[in-house]
Amino acid sequence: MDAWLDSRQSELQSEFRAFASSQIAPRAAEFDRQEAIPSGFLKGLGKQGYLATHVPSEYGGRGLDATSYGLLHEEFGRACSSTRTLLTVHDMVAEVILRLGGQRLRETWLPALAAGHRLAAFALTEPEAGSDAGAMRTVASRAGDDYLLTGSKRWISFGQIADLFLVVARIGEDGPTAGFLVERDSPGLTITPMKGLLGLRGSMLAELDLDNCRISRDSRVGSEEMPAGLVAGTALHLGRYAVAWGCVGLADRCVEASFRYGSERKQFGVSLDEHQLIQRMLANMVVEVRAARLLCLEAGRLRETRDAAAIEGTLIAKYFAARMANRVASDAVQIHGAEGVSSVGPVERLFRDARVMTIIEGSSQIQQIMIAGYGKAEHGARGSGSE
Amino acid sequence: MTSEAIKARLRELCSRRAPDLADEDDIFEVGGVNSLFAIELLTFVEEGFRIRLEDEDLDRKFFRSINAMAALVERKLDAQG
Repeated sequence: MDAWLDSRQSELQSEFRAFASSQIAPRAAEFDRQEAIPSGFLKGLGKQGYLATHVPSEYGGRGLDATSYGLLHEEFGRACSSTRTLLTVHDMVAEVILRLGGQRLRETWLPALAAGHRLAAFALTEPEAGSDAGAMRTVASRAGDDYLLTGSKRWISFGQIADLFLVVARIGEDGPTAGFLVERDSPGLTITPMKGLLGLRGSMLAELDLDNCRISRDSRVGSEEMPAGLVAGTALHLGRYAVAWGCVGLADRCVEASFRYGSERKQFGVSLDEHQLIQRMLANMVVEVRAARLLCLEAGRLRETRDAAAIEGTLIAKYFAARMANRVASDAVQIHGAEGVSSVGPVERLFRDARVMTIIEGSSQIQQIMIAGYGKAEHGARGSGSE
Repeated sequence: MTSEAIKARLRELCSRRAPDLADEDDIFEVGGVNSLFAIELLTFVEEGFRIRLEDEDLDRKFFRSINAMAALVERKLDAQG
């Protein structure tokens, strides 16, 4: 049993691993090759209890604690990062509805999201606005009892098949941002698939064009007067945590594959893993994965205790885990040699998927800026005493 | 808990993001505040003072300044008895 987990969390870990390794991992290469995951397969994840798992049982979820929620993403990340991405973006929408949506939206949407009857996608990024939320152009204009949404959203994971979009838009040209739930068949919404990605090829990205897309005022999440950035921040706070754990699973899969290949492949009369330069890489990979996992566990503990430091802890975990996954996947490719750059084995896909992790849910550079800010507040204050 | 004690704890958190913030300053108008700060404030207010925020409390005006947050906390603490 993992020393950091209690018995319930260990049971759940075993359940998640058994499911992901038997039901998802065998199809990961197919999803990657086809740049698609069947909608029925994804909705089936809800039926089997793997969507919106953090949502309390009163709304149809499993009420997983933060650590168990992380373990789920670790195991899905080990099996298939594209499938893990569906869990992440779907759950980010559920999180915003749960935290900010009010009772009516919670009762309307959360049971359907947890059961997989509806798949959800988070629509924040625009052609001219990514990390710079201030540049967001999508506008929600009031029209009687409705809103008219106009603008474009880009790089929307699972936008090709989502039934429900949480669209972040300004209220009026210069107003604050708010979240709006837009159903797929809303008049004025056009969805265009985006193909040709380097990694996470199965995540079915799409571009959304909103042309006076009419939605009812009841579809707004929370009030028009919520504190700035609350919708996007709430979603990203969960998304970063999920991605960090997914990176740990991906990297651990690289380590497993590398040890297996290293013991089977012989060069100069001995197996690869008897060569010290290979051992050096393997040792670094083991340590890096463990370090990232500990940061994820720390972030989980801070979230469970509702500590405000969970914000910083999650940023640090995601920043480190995403970069770690790149280093570990790169070493796995190196150890596998020609096989590592071929689709005959898993590490070529893992390497491509890892590369995306330092970009999604806030680039590593954005994370660095925020972590530096927290560091300055903590260490700057501590260092201001007399020396 | 006195009003001044509430403000002192709020100042401690806010000073980490906006060091020169006065009690009446608009937190969201000054520099150094990122999009996650709103969540941090909500978490800190709920857990730091053991109060539960309701949907109608998620309003910018209650989080605009240290004074506004202190008034919200006092109101919630009074309601809890």
